[in-house]
Amino acid sequence: MSAIGVLYALLFYTAFLVLIIGVGKKIYQYATVPAPLKIAVTPAPKTKAGVVLRLTKEVVFFASLFRSNKWTWIFGWLFHFCLLLVLLRHLRYFTDPVWFWVDLIQPFGKYAAFGMVAGLAGLWVRRLLVDRVRYITSLSDHLMLALLMGIAITGLGMKYVLHTDIILLKEFAQGLLYFDSSAWKVLPADPFLLLHLTLVIVLMFIFPISKLLHVPGLFFSPTRNQVDNPREKRHISPWATELEAEKNKMQAS
Amino acid sequence: MADFDIPEIKEYTPVPDIKEGVMAHSKPYVAKPDFQEPLGYPGELVENWEQKALDKLDDLRGKYRSLQVFLDSCVKCGACTDKCHYFLGTADPKNMPVARQDLLRKVYRRYFTFAGKYFPKLVGAVDLTKDVLDEWYSYYHQCSQCRRCSVFCPYGIDTAEISMAAREIMDSIGLGQKYCNEILVKVGKIGNNLGLPGPALVDTMEGLEEEVEEDIGVKVAYPVDQEGADILLITPSADFFAEPHVDGLIGYGKVFHEAGLTWTVSSKASEAANFGMFIGSYENMQSLAMRIREAAIELKVKRIVFGECGHAWRVAYSFLNTLAGPFDFLDPNYPVPQHILEITKDLIDKGKLKFDKSENDHMTLTFHDSCNVARATRIGDEPGSQFTTPREVIKAVCNNYHDMEDGTIHDETFCCGGGGGLLTDDLMEIRVKGALPRATALKNVTKNHGVTHLAAICAICKSQFTKTLPYYGFTMDQVVSVHQLVSNAIILTGQETE
Repeated sequence: MSAIGVLYALLFYTAFLVLIIGVGKKIYQYATVPAPLKIAVTPAPKTKAGVVLRLTKEVVFFASLFRSNKWTWIFGWLFHFCLLLVLLRHLRYFTDPVWFWVDLIQPFGKYAAFGMVAGLAGLWVRRLLVDRVRYITSLSDHLMLALLMGIAITGLGMKYVLHTDIILLKEFAQGLLYFDSSAWKVLPADPFLLLHLTLVIVLMFIFPISKLLHVPGLFFSPTRNQVDNPREKRHISPWATELEAEKNKMQAS
Repeated sequence: MADFDIPEIKEYTPVPDIKEGVMAHSKPYVAKPDFQEPLGYPGELVENWEQKALDKLDDLRGKYRSLQVFLDSCVKCGACTDKCHYFLGTADPKNMPVARQDLLRKVYRRYFTFAGKYFPKLVGAVDLTKDVLDEWYSYYHQCSQCRRCSVFCPYGIDTAEISMAAREIMDSIGLGQKYCNEILVKVGKIGNNLGLPGPALVDTMEGLEEEVEEDIGVKVAYPVDQEGADILLITPSADFFAEPHVDGLIGYGKVFHEAGLTWTVSSKASEAANFGMFIGSYENMQSLAMRIREAAIELKVKRIVFGECGHAWRVAYSFLNTLAGPFDFLDPNYPVPQHILEITKDLIDKGKLKFDKSENDHMTLTFHDSCNVARATRIGDEPGSQFTTPREVIKAVCNNYHDMEDGTIHDETFCCGGGGGLLTDDLMEIRVKGALPRATALKNVTKNHGVTHLAAICAICKSQFTKTLPYYGFTMDQVVSVHQLVSNAIILTGQETE
């Protein structure tokens, strides 16, 4: 089945490029568009270290969401935490020998996909049943849940229903990593695997053009990442400096 | 009393089932050309407004990181959907913060994102049409920019930033709001929101001097344009005459007097409010802020102190240094600017003020955290001191105090319902309905803890409450200024006491 393997390899490379360049461009945009005013939501930390702590709490524990809605928090956090475990567990297909800490999480990672499914299901039920959330839901929000659910379920399918040849898969993954086109051909053409990989490729493609931009967005949110020191330190953006210079020139002439 | 239904106060504020379109009719009066052009905006809706609006949106997302990041990041999780006082009071789903943002976001997506350009239906992207513009005008004037939603958003998305951008876009195509823009023109011309000219200001302040001397037998100065004073006081113009605001101003004067600080107001910068923020205009906000800098230079003061006003304190605390700094010509031993409560609290801590707390014994107080103070500033040195400082001052001058319930105070405080440029009679329905969550919390603390009065530190809150709380069975005089309480209790050196 060499043709399919080569096709998937090329798709993976393309998707990877789209993901890296797309998200890279967005990060560049977020980093270069100035934040002209101090708009931290207070109480806000007075130091950079404090900001790191504030963002860490948001990233690791979803602190604001916890304050907002316990159901959304528990489902959302469960999904993201399990996704992280699953992603880390997948490193074993790309590393040889497998890093020791990847081995360590293997027993948990194996079951994390169930957590993903549970979290996604909870979020989906909320979207359907809570009238406020239903009102703000677009078709794309359902499709995103379907996509992630599909990835989790096909993954579970391989683990518990219809195994794939994991040795060959690892060879394929290593082939991708080391640009060894002779290894691309070995990709097992099992239905769960191919579906799983297809969905992952789709996810990589849409990442930079969808709401998945919340991942880089969180780090650039001025309400969360600014230090509370406007009286102590003058904060001014390049375009505001220009504006001032123009005004001064006009007054002088 | 009103041509709309007044919501019923329950034991708590329930999250209502959504009722689509029930507030679509709410729209403020549109600004006339006379009040557009002086602010740098076209007089009326321009011909190619669609393209102009999109150009402006493009311009703004290149100027404000907040706007760009917030337009991209929302995942529609629903965390904010039950947090807005206007949604809780009206049940209109477009008053849910995420839906309010989406009014702009769906246009952004249509014209500026891949998904919206090629798959508009999929992601809910729409063309910019007159209907969309009408919705913008309606619902972006049902947001008080209070930032309560941003506290709960996992990405810190602040609807205030979106509604400011939307208003700036509408202004730039000639669709401005009468109330905000008239006021901005007035401040530019006369020096304050109320259009109170210099001589009238001097008159008013002389009146206060006489009143205080008659009352307590001490000559307390209420100076205007006094060169060389230590402190330039910038206070909302409502403080010059409206109840209960003016009682607060009397209090500031007494505190300065007792501390031996000389102070003055300026007839040039006789307004703390800066509605440039409400309409999202950096330029207008800056030109107003510059009056304060100029007044400080002309009057040769050493410090700048702000009176009780919420959004004004946000512009002062967070933006003044940016807009009109650096203030290196002022005394470096003090932050620029300071809040009047920082002065009073410091004097209390140092034991420099004497009080007879029993003067306030006829009241049991609670404190309303103003949204802009609570979620966009500090009053004091530590994060969160914007909550403790006013409460400590109140407790230093009153014997009876009780907080409203958790979830309605501190950074979860409910907006009064009149902020963000909505404090106008043509928006009375949304103002009354938006006051429901605060009125409910107040009713509870009244019933359960015998609270009789609500203290506030914002001119808009005070005006909004005196006007809207009566719809919920309270009386106007239940609203007081914090420095009114200080004024009641303070004993000045040489004061006649019975």
